[in-house]
Amino acid sequence: MKPTDIAAPDYFHKVVDCQWACPAHTPVPEYIRLIAQGRYSDAYMINWKSNVFPGILGRTCDRPCEPACRRGRVEETPVAICRLKRVAADFKDDIKQRLPRLSAKNGKRVAFVGGGPASLTVARDLAPLGYHCTVFDGDPRAGGMMRSQIPKFRLPDSVIDEETGYILGLGVEFKGGHRIESMKALLAEKYDAIFVGTGAPRGRELDIPGRKEAAANIHIGIDWLSSVSFGHTDKIGKRVIVLGGGNTAMDCCRTARRLGGEDVKVVVRSGFEEMKASPWEKEDAIHEDIPILNFLVPVAFIHDNGKLTGITFQKVKAEYDAKGRRNLVPSGEPDQTFACDDVLVAVGQENAFPWIEQDCGIEFDKWHMPKVDPKTFVSTNPKVFFGGDAAFGPKNIIWAVAQGHDAALSIHKMLSGEDITERPLPEVHVSSQKMGIHEWSYDNDISNDKRFKVPHRDKVIALKDIRTEVELGYDVKLALGEAERCLNCDVQTVFSTSLCIECDACVDICPMDCITFTQNGEEADLRQRLKAPSLHPDQDLYVSSDLKTGRVMVKDEDVCLHCGLCAERCPTGAWDMQKYLIEMTHAGSSCPTKSRSAA
Amino acid sequence: MTYIAKPKFHHPGLKKNELGYTHRDYEGKISTLCAGCGHDSITASIIEACYELSIEPHRVAKISGIGCSSKTPDYFLGNSHGFNSVHGRMPSVLTGANLANRDLIYLGVSGDGDSASIGFGQFAHSIRRGVNMTYIVENNGVYGLTKGQFSATADRGSKSKKGVTNTDNAIDLVAIALQLGATFVARSFSGDKTQLVPLIAAAIRHKGASFIDVISPCIAFNNHAGSTKSFDYVREHNDAVNRLDVLVGRDPIAVDYAPGTVQMVEQHDGSKIALRKIDADYDPHDRLGAQTFLARHAAKGQIVTGLLYVDPDAEDLHEHLNTVEAPLNTLEADTLCPGSAALDKFNASLR
Repeated sequence: MKPTDIAAPDYFHKVVDCQWACPAHTPVPEYIRLIAQGRYSDAYMINWKSNVFPGILGRTCDRPCEPACRRGRVEETPVAICRLKRVAADFKDDIKQRLPRLSAKNGKRVAFVGGGPASLTVARDLAPLGYHCTVFDGDPRAGGMMRSQIPKFRLPDSVIDEETGYILGLGVEFKGGHRIESMKALLAEKYDAIFVGTGAPRGRELDIPGRKEAAANIHIGIDWLSSVSFGHTDKIGKRVIVLGGGNTAMDCCRTARRLGGEDVKVVVRSGFEEMKASPWEKEDAIHEDIPILNFLVPVAFIHDNGKLTGITFQKVKAEYDAKGRRNLVPSGEPDQTFACDDVLVAVGQENAFPWIEQDCGIEFDKWHMPKVDPKTFVSTNPKVFFGGDAAFGPKNIIWAVAQGHDAALSIHKMLSGEDITERPLPEVHVSSQKMGIHEWSYDNDISNDKRFKVPHRDKVIALKDIRTEVELGYDVKLALGEAERCLNCDVQTVFSTSLCIECDACVDICPMDCITFTQNGEEADLRQRLKAPSLHPDQDLYVSSDLKTGRVMVKDEDVCLHCGLCAERCPTGAWDMQKYLIEMTHAGSSCPTKSRSAA
Repeated sequence: MTYIAKPKFHHPGLKKNELGYTHRDYEGKISTLCAGCGHDSITASIIEACYELSIEPHRVAKISGIGCSSKTPDYFLGNSHGFNSVHGRMPSVLTGANLANRDLIYLGVSGDGDSASIGFGQFAHSIRRGVNMTYIVENNGVYGLTKGQFSATADRGSKSKKGVTNTDNAIDLVAIALQLGATFVARSFSGDKTQLVPLIAAAIRHKGASFIDVISPCIAFNNHAGSTKSFDYVREHNDAVNRLDVLVGRDPIAVDYAPGTVQMVEQHDGSKIALRKIDADYDPHDRLGAQTFLARHAAKGQIVTGLLYVDPDAEDLHEHLNTVEAPLNTLEADTLCPGSAALDKFNASLR
């Protein structure tokens, strides 16, 4: 293999698994260290800069970071990254002084359709640069789906008010209760740019016999949730069936439990394991006495003269074809009917743009989705940008934020007369953490603690009031314990070939057998010759150039604990622990002028 | 030294030996030696050898004297018996322990100061008596704990870190061990684990006095130009006569060798050593030949490594003394004191 180019910004970024997996690339270990030090406001601001809604995401994020967390490859469970984010939000001081100052307007106007996470992220990035941002939303208050879809027992209004307030406080104009009904009319208002962040507002239908007849007691999940959210709906029948296996289904069933549902069950077509809902959301639902029944396909709504009485399901089983694709085929067992009073249909969401006229210069593809550039988020109309669920279909808040940052950069570049396809590289800092002999600026003593559970409110109390938040969040002590579990993967092991005397000290001390000195070879061959087996070929090998004996140093990044013992036992300083910090390019961030230097 | 404990986590794919242990289970405390010390690599090699042999840690007694090398038993086999004895007195303590209980595996760990200076006599007598042990000298040619004076194994003409030339002749412990009748004699280098680990394993399986001289560069005081025990010097002058590729314990040899290049040595306990010859004419069963070979190469400034001599049918001290087989602490009162009739009979035999 060729010597690893550690100066390529992506190499060390990949080693920070959580940050690499996060769509917004939040510097996770950096803020977790600050939490451990009790610097909650600093930790919050790192999050705020990167993911805009730390308090909201700290309760609701889909956490792509956690399955990626290296700790999960070393022991059973990853670090509770998401809930630590909430800790930063819960314990911070007043951070208003740290927010960007209102700047002089630059005379350019940007309109936002929809006031959800995508639009608000773009507005947050653009407003401090002097853009006049106007956000239109059909709902009276900002937040979009975060406010209407997520039940209050998971995300209280106060948190949404606070974090949307920070953005609107930057001089962003919010026009609530003002639904945009015509793109043409909006274009006619001569905004310099338009950002569409309308989400995926339409719940998918389930067209099976009985749907029309029993319609009074069959509700579309997301519509029902927002109706509950705005107080229009406050009760439901005693026996409720929720159809669907995603997070919306989990929100539906738990909400139903709080509005009078006593016998609430979730029924899914797939197997329990393949459900789209996050494992912890399934856990929370089961904890609230909601059974999840799987491999059942709804075939008919049963009704008595229009009054819903139940649903009939066909039993299926999973079969895999030669290509490993799963098919659900009838199991041959008799159909099963469950009695119920109400049904909540949560089988997916779709985009809908009835308000965008055909002759706006915005082209749509055959799936009725706008043609959007996945890098710049511009549509076929150079002044109109899309982001969040509106651009590429339903995903999670953190994706909307990440896309928002990119769209803001495009809008800023376009309005500055620059080529929007040219994306400035992120800024990268790499600096040694050595403080003295065997002293580092980070805590390299590895904690053996298992993941700490987040305290929950007592179930009896929690189920009584739909506005009572279930999760209480970590207290300071639990937060410290959990923060200590972080392996500091951003503090990189950096190897200098010229200093190495091949004494084997690093090989001997490494607790994870990550390091091998051997003859060079092709990657597949090298992976066979490592000191400990290579379990994850997607994890990179760090290969040095040729050493004095003609061998090379090969480090499997996979399960490195970043404990720094290799550097402590190295007599010549050939190993050093260096912190890698990457600043993603946002609108207005100055481009790095010098190429960065890594060791 | 490192202040934190070595993390408990280990690689999830580590292989386990017959006892279900990983090599991490054979570790001791974290080393307090200087960073990069060759001794730490020898520690790692002992750990690896014991892991590979599936040795039960509580069947090992590790005994040492005083010095950097003699600190190392604290860093391996944390669940074994240990005795950190007086300077240079490891061989007597080991001999005594061995006489009291021949069932344990005896690992004597010493250094060039401990064995070639203050304990030279002790070293000599334990070897010539054929105590069943593995005697490892971690040889760096300097007194590290007292800031790097030449030791008795420093080569004449080699230079200290400050530039002073050594005018004394060196003691070659391997040559002495051969002369005194050690039945397993080897030399290796801390920077060459592929050679060292099987040597230690073979030595542990050998019945009789096994001696391994391991050249172990002292990073702090003896790893400079002019030193003959530095990483660079040893790598340049290493003349390996053979390599032990496989120790046949539980796995059969699955490697193909060109005919005539491999010599099989069967030890007393039935275990086999496959010796891959590097020097075709070298015969590890010829004590005299080995002594000559060693002297000739030493004169050329070459460091001969590998398994230099082995007598697979060696006897040990217990056989010479016709001692009781059971460990002394298991002997009951009636065995130890068989009564006056037995005494009378014994006295009569002496009349």
